[in-house]
Amino acid sequence: MTTDITSSLAQYIAAQILQQPKRKIASDAPLISSGLIDSFHLVDLSLFVEKQFGVLLDDSELNKDTFDTLAQLAQLIRERQS
Amino acid sequence: MNTFSEVLRQYYLTCPDRVSVVLMQSKVPDEPITYGALVRGAAGYAQALARADVRPGEVVIVILQHGSDLIYAFWGAVLQGAVPSIMPFLTEKLAPERYRQDLAALIQTTHPAALITYPEFLPEVHRAMTSASTAADEAPRILVCTDVQPAEPDFEALGGLHRTGNDIVLLQHSSGTTGLQKGVALSHRAVFNQLEYYSAALHLSPQDVIVSWLPLYHDMGLIASFVMPLLRQVMLVLMSPFDWVRAPARLMQAISHYGGTLTWLPNFAYNFCAQKTREHDLDGVCLDSLRAVVNCSEPTYHSSQQAFLQRFGRLGLRAGALTTCYAMAENVFAVTQAGIDAPVTLDEVDQRALLVDRIATPVTGEGTARSDAMKMLSAGRPLPNVQVRVLEALPDGAYQDLPERHVGEIAIHSDCMLTGYYNRPDLTEKAFYQGWYLTGDLGYLAAGEVYVTGRRKDLIIVGGKNIYPQDLERLASEVPGVHPGRVVAFGVMNDAAGTEEVVMVVEVDVEDEDERLRIGDAIRQHVTRGSDVALRHVYIVDARWLLKTSSGKTARLANRDKYLAEMAQNAT
Repeated sequence: MTTDITSSLAQYIAAQILQQPKRKIASDAPLISSGLIDSFHLVDLSLFVEKQFGVLLDDSELNKDTFDTLAQLAQLIRERQS
Repeated sequence: MNTFSEVLRQYYLTCPDRVSVVLMQSKVPDEPITYGALVRGAAGYAQALARADVRPGEVVIVILQHGSDLIYAFWGAVLQGAVPSIMPFLTEKLAPERYRQDLAALIQTTHPAALITYPEFLPEVHRAMTSASTAADEAPRILVCTDVQPAEPDFEALGGLHRTGNDIVLLQHSSGTTGLQKGVALSHRAVFNQLEYYSAALHLSPQDVIVSWLPLYHDMGLIASFVMPLLRQVMLVLMSPFDWVRAPARLMQAISHYGGTLTWLPNFAYNFCAQKTREHDLDGVCLDSLRAVVNCSEPTYHSSQQAFLQRFGRLGLRAGALTTCYAMAENVFAVTQAGIDAPVTLDEVDQRALLVDRIATPVTGEGTARSDAMKMLSAGRPLPNVQVRVLEALPDGAYQDLPERHVGEIAIHSDCMLTGYYNRPDLTEKAFYQGWYLTGDLGYLAAGEVYVTGRRKDLIIVGGKNIYPQDLERLASEVPGVHPGRVVAFGVMNDAAGTEEVVMVVEVDVEDEDERLRIGDAIRQHVTRGSDVALRHVYIVDARWLLKTSSGKTARLANRDKYLAEMAQNAT
């Protein structure tokens, strides 16, 4: 379940945000603190999460303290889904 | 009145209860700040600066985030007669050591008498001061905002009331190593001249309400959306850029709630708002109070304005509210403004003639839309106190005027020009030709209106922020496996985003794909951490891919064309 979420997020980030569809993103790789996802794309990610998983991320949660890796984001999504 | 302080004193005495700013911050109720509270807050900082022996005319660097302290510290420095300069705050993606270097460079150029910041930021500031290697007796005093309390102003004692119109009132810097060397120094008189003519062009009145998310270290945020409303008694609703970028609907909600009449946006924000606003965040939002949404600070696109109108028109936004402006810090702010008295002129010109012959030839005849026509948005007429010429450089270094509709470099002359780049007379001299400021922008004149087509300098503008490619190239060259002179950065227009994005092409000697990917990632990370700029694409290529000029320098525009050609080929 979490693996599905992780791979779906990874695909979206690689293809839509980084525009490198073949790129692999490790589930523990820092996304925000590393600058991989900049602030302009955080809102894209939250819109994707809302549409894909029916989970609302508040804009105050779009920062590295709430989640910085795919694993952390997937965990957050799973918690809210249940 | 000749100085900012005189205006503040007058408002303090005549309308202390009038709201000057409504401060919006995530998770807390909106905070209205009256002129009385503004002056008392500022007076606290002015007195603290005086106690720290900061004298009129000396520079004060303000390193604070969006909030009342930033506002009070800025106006406090003004009241003390000092010269405030707002430095962007450290963001989470920028590496602290790089930020420290920028701050050290700023300290070395401006020799500030004081810095104002947060207690928790002191270690950063001390490290920067150490590396700025200023003599101990010249080291700036450090003021911590938590030590400063609002105070009743003693106007006679305030240094700001003993300044004259020709004195410098503020400094404004672009970001990055290159931008920080060019502190645009503006006099009270220059700012007042700008505000007088720009307010008239906008028909600005105390009934207006300006809503802004723009950062105050940028001219559009600082002048149009901060200094102008406060000095002209126009209520300002101010939110943080960090809150807006995570929830663009906040801008629409604030306009609706406060009856906003004016807002300034860089072009990308039209696309950003149109694409990234949730429908349910717009419930009950009404935008019919807006009389001007001003598109300014990066190239303007008709398609971006249309996308914005399409998304928000049904909420009451009128097509006639979409306006454009051409502005630069060196002219305080606006050079032109369009769309206030009449709709913005759309000039449809022949694409080939514009790009190849450098002449904007109107597409006429047949009455059918031509697919090769370019829709150029007019930036409007120059303000009455600004003159605009379009010049061509001659081989002997002189310039001559070009005829109407010919593309050349835009030069301006006005009574609101910068005093100079602070402590850099060399840079100031280079920027002018016979008293005319050479903007580096390319454009043409038609029927008295200004059209901006591009840039002569290879500056990249991303989301309204000026980025110097040489800064990014130097950063990339620090990555192991990358060599100086074998990397080039340039901007590529992204139509969907309505702004430029940064691409880097990097020559490497290794052929292993994994190793190349690793280098690409390292560049991406190092450049972002070093400049706060996210790269759209890092294109790793073989040796001898890059085109060089006869002097051995990389030719950014030629390499950009080569890159675009290769991308187009790969796509087919």
